[in-house]
Amino acid sequence: MARKLNLRIWRGDATDGGLKNVEVEANEGEVVLDLIHRVQATQMGDLAVRWNCKAGKCGSCSMEINGKPRLACMTQVSSFPEGEEITITPLRAFPVIKDLVTDVSFNYRKAMEIPSYEHPKNLAPGEARMEQIDVERSQEFRKCIECFLCQDVCHVVRDHEENKKSFAGPRFFIRIAELDMHPLDMLKNRKQKAQEEHGLGMCNITKCCTEVCPEHIRITDNAIIPMKERVVDVKYDPVRWLGSKIRKREGIV
Amino acid sequence: MTPLEKLKYDVVVIGAGGAGLRAAVEARAAGLRVAIVCKSLFGKAHTVMAEGGAAASMGNVNEKDNWQVHFRDTMRGGKFLNHYRMAELHAKESPDRIWELEVWGALFDRTKEGKISQRNFGGHEYPRLAHVGDRTGLELIRTMQQRIVALQQQDAKESGNAESHIKVFAELTITEILKENGKIAGAYGYWRENGNEVLFEAPTVIVATGGVGKTFKITSNSWEGTGDGHALALKAGANLVDMEFLQFHPTGMVWPPSVRGILVTESVRGEGGILTNSLNERFMFKYIPEVFKDKYADNDAEADRWYLDQDNNRRPPELLPRDEVSRAINAEVKAGRGTEHGGVYLDVSKRIPADVIKKRLPSMWHQFYELAGVDITKEAMEVGPTCHYVMGGVEVEADTAAAVGVPGLFAAGEVAGGMHGSNRLGGNSLSDLLVFGRRAGMGAVEYAKKNPTATVSEKAIADAAARIEAPFSRAGGENSYSLHAELQEVTHNLVGIIRTGKEVEEAIEKIAAIRARSANVAVAGTRQFNPGFHLAFDLDNMLLVAESTAKSALLREESRGGHTRDDFPGMNSKWRQVNHISSFDGKDVNVKAQPLPPIPKELFDLFDIHELEKYMTPEEIAKGGSN
Amino acid sequence: MATGVFSASRAKIKERTLRTDRWWLQPLITFSVLFSFIIYATFRAFENKYYFAEPLVSPLYSPCLSTACIEGSSPLGQPFNNEYFGIGISPALFILIFPLGFRMTCYYYRKSYYRAFWMSPPACAVAEPHAKYTGETRAPLILQNSHRWFFYAGLVFNVLLTYDAVIAFRNEEKEWGHMSIGTLVLLFSATTLWLYSLSCHTCRHTIGGRLKHFSKHPIRYKTWTWISALNHKHPTFAWISLFGVAFADIYVRQVASGAWTNFYLF
Repeated sequence: MARKLNLRIWRGDATDGGLKNVEVEANEGEVVLDLIHRVQATQMGDLAVRWNCKAGKCGSCSMEINGKPRLACMTQVSSFPEGEEITITPLRAFPVIKDLVTDVSFNYRKAMEIPSYEHPKNLAPGEARMEQIDVERSQEFRKCIECFLCQDVCHVVRDHEENKKSFAGPRFFIRIAELDMHPLDMLKNRKQKAQEEHGLGMCNITKCCTEVCPEHIRITDNAIIPMKERVVDVKYDPVRWLGSKIRKREGIV
Repeated sequence: MTPLEKLKYDVVVIGAGGAGLRAAVEARAAGLRVAIVCKSLFGKAHTVMAEGGAAASMGNVNEKDNWQVHFRDTMRGGKFLNHYRMAELHAKESPDRIWELEVWGALFDRTKEGKISQRNFGGHEYPRLAHVGDRTGLELIRTMQQRIVALQQQDAKESGNAESHIKVFAELTITEILKENGKIAGAYGYWRENGNEVLFEAPTVIVATGGVGKTFKITSNSWEGTGDGHALALKAGANLVDMEFLQFHPTGMVWPPSVRGILVTESVRGEGGILTNSLNERFMFKYIPEVFKDKYADNDAEADRWYLDQDNNRRPPELLPRDEVSRAINAEVKAGRGTEHGGVYLDVSKRIPADVIKKRLPSMWHQFYELAGVDITKEAMEVGPTCHYVMGGVEVEADTAAAVGVPGLFAAGEVAGGMHGSNRLGGNSLSDLLVFGRRAGMGAVEYAKKNPTATVSEKAIADAAARIEAPFSRAGGENSYSLHAELQEVTHNLVGIIRTGKEVEEAIEKIAAIRARSANVAVAGTRQFNPGFHLAFDLDNMLLVAESTAKSALLREESRGGHTRDDFPGMNSKWRQVNHISSFDGKDVNVKAQPLPPIPKELFDLFDIHELEKYMTPEEIAKGGSN
Repeated sequence: MATGVFSASRAKIKERTLRTDRWWLQPLITFSVLFSFIIYATFRAFENKYYFAEPLVSPLYSPCLSTACIEGSSPLGQPFNNEYFGIGISPALFILIFPLGFRMTCYYYRKSYYRAFWMSPPACAVAEPHAKYTGETRAPLILQNSHRWFFYAGLVFNVLLTYDAVIAFRNEEKEWGHMSIGTLVLLFSATTLWLYSLSCHTCRHTIGGRLKHFSKHPIRYKTWTWISALNHKHPTFAWISLFGVAFADIYVRQVASGAWTNFYLF
């Protein structure tokens, strides 16, 4: 039943820090967040960690476990072989604040840069009519719990601090896709902005965002690539461009 | 020591869940400057956990639905202890609040005609819950969050500063609501990241802090549900109403520990899940109350037949009302027939083929498989009652959400009391957030216009600062984690789902003892993101809430909705006329009875008189409403 | 100055990755297989023989339209001169521009070779070795946006290669109604190429993905859902079709060089 486990937990802050070994008891059925809480309650009262719902629905307990970006509340202890050490570090793409807590304000700044939904002016509340098949694509992206694991794993910013200025990241590409595919959104230039202002072209579709998404949103296939194709429609496809000038084709502009 | 950060706002909203954000939007629309303060990151509030939907009588699926029907359902659900005016406003306004979300970009599931789809739910006469799969709460909070961002973008365009009117202070704990001359003057708190202190000077404060679940050992609430708003308001001079009413959902997970308290949806039983004890007995047959005997099957064979033929068989006893099932599970565990981890077994695997389970209960299958490593198509779940929602809360004026007795203080959402009476219907919470979030915003606007300035005295600042520093100065004191665990043990065992006068008295004593020790909580480490330090303040709040709950529970000598007294098992019409009002004298929580506002005639007349006879005294019936 | 995971503000961890699994295995396999294919295709493109054995023509040399081609190897004839600046060039070099261009710009292959060849990144949460990164925002990688042009060209090739498979239902005397192992090999190659093309992201976009309202285009929506299902398996089709083409070429080469006999089933 209960077994002893060795954890290596990163402790420190912006100035310095390192991995600290700690032995903790693990019971059947527990997740990594349980272990962290036990360490907190019994050995390191001031160990900093973010968490909320503990049910994989709020996206707060994002960290890196054995080098992989994950939600600690969704990582079963039993998924690690007996005797293996578990290494827990903060997200490595964002500035560290303390221990397992990082400064994720980058994501909130980016959220502010994405133009918001624009409802049709003449459509009063309650008058909107949308077909289920027309809202489903955007609904997939609205499953996002903003754990920012995709932002963390994306090498564009993870490995290149300087790209943070010009790159919105996968979480906001799905936001752009959500709005561009929203049946009623009236804003016209999302595609151009995606390419010119939000750095869609920086993405080289290596799909790590999709791999780490705890909501299993198919970020690359259903949002980023379709957005890249939509950008081609308006920017790199002379035939389509001409067509859109001659007669307004749906989906373009 | 970092100098105190002093900020001036028109409105300070504490809590960034659905109610807080809706209030902020309303205040900003009137041109006020709003600070939104939350303990977590922006967008993580407990609202995300709501699954089923938001109740609003739009009549998209059944045209017969209207606000009157919704009002009736709500009052019935609350066993007529609801504040009638709140239930009325809620029923009337929730459709507009849902439609407005759509204007802000929400994408609800649709009907064939392209309208917002609505689903059936317990206690609602017609399909009424607007929903997005089983993640409606997430949709609601994200929409509100994105609405805030949209307004900030507008402000950036107009004033060059995105935060000129709304600023979100994420990961900031409010430790005190401040008053000067009997009126709200602001709030005091600290940044969780570094412990630096912040003073908000503002003439209005809206508390929208949600629930109190963390007071209990087993709860579906996240760590944030520590009753902060309840306690802060109480200490600021506001009243809490009917704090004895807590909704315990009969089937929360109890094992493995990683998922303790998480809800197991009622549909599991609806689809044929049965409850058994450690002796492998299907125990629910023993717990069918006399009044239900004609509606519920008393043997396996008939219960099984019901799934195939509902007209000629009685329902399985697993489908009794929530309080009955919770009581039964509780009794089995107390009698020593519980599982190893203090629950009972809920099993669908022996009755439904694996592929059908996965098709009908996809999120449940997923939840157990991913969170617990339990395959519900093969093994039984362990379940037990879990603390889900508090019906009690800050006593408010229905129309303005203004806290009674404290000018400038407002409350909305779960932290406000009255709306749901003794028991909340599923789906009424999300619509409650929107309706009363908006009204709290409007109330604050009206008040702030008449009382535009607020200044906090140096003494109040010094006192608040001293209180924050205190835990660090007590070397060798109590550990906040263990005190919290002790409190949870007391509430769980003594003021939990089934109560007796004796146990509640014992709880009151024990809570007082823990509170005495909590004055000596010591914290190790620094102020920098220190969870032990954070818990010290949460603990204070939970202790006050628990005291209020226990004392109210002791007074109410009947069983109604979310309050079950083993020593007073029946519902009593006399008690329906009484609200329990908690107040704080600086030392103890005091509870007194207060008459319920009488229901006006036009609302009284919406009900069948025979139905009202079950709830009201003959004198009330004879009077036929208040005007 | 240190950037990426070694930036001053990030948690101080000296390892490039703390992953404990064999994250290097997948890129290594991808690299080995793709690299082998490139070596083989290059060799074959320059070999300029053994690509036609009546009625079989290698997909690497179809359509063989230059005068340098073996007579009868293309149903479209040989209208183009093969001599440029006095040098005879292997027809495969012209032909391969299109299918290789299609694969080079394919969203799935891009992922594969960016990871396996360019190590950008080698695997998820493994720090890449490059100091700078601009993605597909400038030349030459901005040309990845030409994928749809290659997709259209690829469709033309699919038609031609399907035709090649159909005429392989003849015997060496051009009589219809026969089938050899070679027929099956070409059929397999053509089928997998169709699956690869139809499952492609550009195809999915063109068919319906670009629409804002599916409900106004029910047929395109239906087709889109079908293509979307195929799209899930795009990586699988990408590999299978690569092997299909390579094997078809190997088979034709062995038959044309006389090493193997094309066995007729009937």
